[in-house]
Amino acid sequence: MSNKKNNNLLEVRAVSKFFPVHGGFIFKRKLGDIKAVDCVSFHIKKGETLGLVGESGCGKTTMGRLILNLDEPTRGTILFDGKDITHPGKKENRALKRQMQVIFQDPFGSLNPRMTVREIVGQPLIIHRMTAGKSEYMQKIDHLLEIVGLNPGMADRYPHEFSGGQRQRIGIARAISLKPRFIVCDEPVSALDVSIQAQIINLLEKLQEDFGLTYLFIAHDLAVVRHISDRIAVMYLGNIVEVANRADLYNHPCHPYTRGLLSAVPIPDPSVETKRKQFIISGEVPGLMNPPEGCKFHPRCPRAIPICHEQSPLLLEQGDASHWAACHNA
Amino acid sequence: MTKLLSVNNLSVHFSSGRGIVKAVDQISYDLNAGETLGIVGESGCGKSVSALSLLRLIPNPPGQIVSGEILFEGRDLLKASKEEICDIRGNKIAMIFQEPMTSLNPVLTIGHQVREPLLVHKRMGKKQAAAEAIKALKKVHIPDSDRRFAEYPHQFSGGMRQRTMVAMGLTCAPKIIIADEPTTALDVTIQAQLLRLMKQLTTETGAALILITHNLGIIARYADRVNVMYAGRIVEKASAADLYKSPKHPYTIGLMASVPKLDQDVKTRLHPIEGQPPDLADMPQGCAFHPRCRYRVEKCCVKSPQLRIVSHDHEIACWIDV
Repeated sequence: MSNKKNNNLLEVRAVSKFFPVHGGFIFKRKLGDIKAVDCVSFHIKKGETLGLVGESGCGKTTMGRLILNLDEPTRGTILFDGKDITHPGKKENRALKRQMQVIFQDPFGSLNPRMTVREIVGQPLIIHRMTAGKSEYMQKIDHLLEIVGLNPGMADRYPHEFSGGQRQRIGIARAISLKPRFIVCDEPVSALDVSIQAQIINLLEKLQEDFGLTYLFIAHDLAVVRHISDRIAVMYLGNIVEVANRADLYNHPCHPYTRGLLSAVPIPDPSVETKRKQFIISGEVPGLMNPPEGCKFHPRCPRAIPICHEQSPLLLEQGDASHWAACHNA
Repeated sequence: MTKLLSVNNLSVHFSSGRGIVKAVDQISYDLNAGETLGIVGESGCGKSVSALSLLRLIPNPPGQIVSGEILFEGRDLLKASKEEICDIRGNKIAMIFQEPMTSLNPVLTIGHQVREPLLVHKRMGKKQAAAEAIKALKKVHIPDSDRRFAEYPHQFSGGMRQRTMVAMGLTCAPKIIIADEPTTALDVTIQAQLLRLMKQLTTETGAALILITHNLGIIARYADRVNVMYAGRIVEKASAADLYKSPKHPYTIGLMASVPKLDQDVKTRLHPIEGQPPDLADMPQGCAFHPRCRYRVEKCCVKSPQLRIVSHDHEIACWIDV
């Protein structure tokens, strides 16, 4: 047990997050819950990247927020480095922020337009009292900007003077300023142009090597996730439907949803693309308020059998200990 | 193959506080009947503006089509009168926009909007148009389309709204459909559904499709020929098969190397194109791509290259042979 503790930096155990929905005009009645995250468990080993993929509304961002304690889980436990961090106290929370940071999706909305780059990158250092004096503070920021590939001479400019890719670099510099061990990357490249995406992905990989970082990489682009992740978890309507090592997931997907997701991504090579069999999932993601009974995927599933309408499948081992899928047919 | 549309030396300029922005700079291309032409490029490369100008939808001011001609059915669309252009829009050339949320009118019913082109262009009666519109909605797999016909856009999901846009675009059986990033705002499974539907419907009606996107995978799956744009110019033109097999322009080569692919070896570092796309109001001298180009020679910094033929049906705008 103690050995296992050392290997897993983060453990999520049966975590759920329900958002209540209220209705009515004067007397707010509770209409029900939106089960954004519904009994999700996974772990991330030290130095590893776990990719979390799924379509919009599947709960992947909420999962990231729960880990960072930006939202409080309704049920379940989250362990960080063997310690329970589900409901941290104020002091504990502050200490945790030094260890876990986040990179947001939108490089335009996540930087305060009234702060200079120096203030943005330096604010965590000041809040956590990580600098001794002004000259050290200045030096540290220059160094951080250099690490992420920005010219320190631009530190006194404002975010609007930078392009999307450069802004994302500023966000990354802010995230690594406290030397965290774990970073939640919430769609860090989806707002960027193709040629810039590769720059940011390479930067994230380099930082991981240099600082021994552990990533939770949330994204909807399967090609990007495949490139950067060691293991991948696929979410659908608040549940993890499949989790496996990268090669396993892409070569032998067990869950029909994973198969459909993979097939939906075109490969940029017509000679491959024209021969590839397409496995297109029909229908749309149902609303979270009234998810279907049984397996939540069954209305869209081409292989649904009667049991799928009634019983929700459990996440079970598929062949080897690292590959799990929740499907009656797997 | 018959030439359906040809664009010659089209330039579109926008005036901004910082000077003139050449959003589209002297581009020329042809579209053949029944084919799918992909236009690929990053944001700000002029791909949308070049498409909007085909229907003269450039807001003026600040934009202006400063030169060129667009030949369609023997006449120049840029010289056509307002009435003539209105007669073509949505009738012979239809457009499917990127944002299904903003391109439908929220205060009019879906039915009203889908049947409008039929009332205007085909001069159908209201009842007949409604029947046709319901048929069109059925074709794009809107479930329960008789009832849905009377609903408003907010009652539709994103995928359904985009399918409604496709239905609207196809009602008058246009010869050309321009789809400007039709799936960018949609989830991947919905994206796959919509693109397959669009391809199927255009094959049925024999319409030519101009597919504008930044996604190289979508182009590979659906396009017959491709124009690659960079900073307002076409830098490479080729058949899709040729382009992916042997890209010739340094930008295209860079773009292909920078995207992770599902079937490629993993844990090889990506090869990004260094630097940023240029500021269109402050363009570098010579070739617009030279500051980011690995292969640049002296000439590139001085003179901008024109498109030249490198092999059959394959043109690039570059001074060197990579």
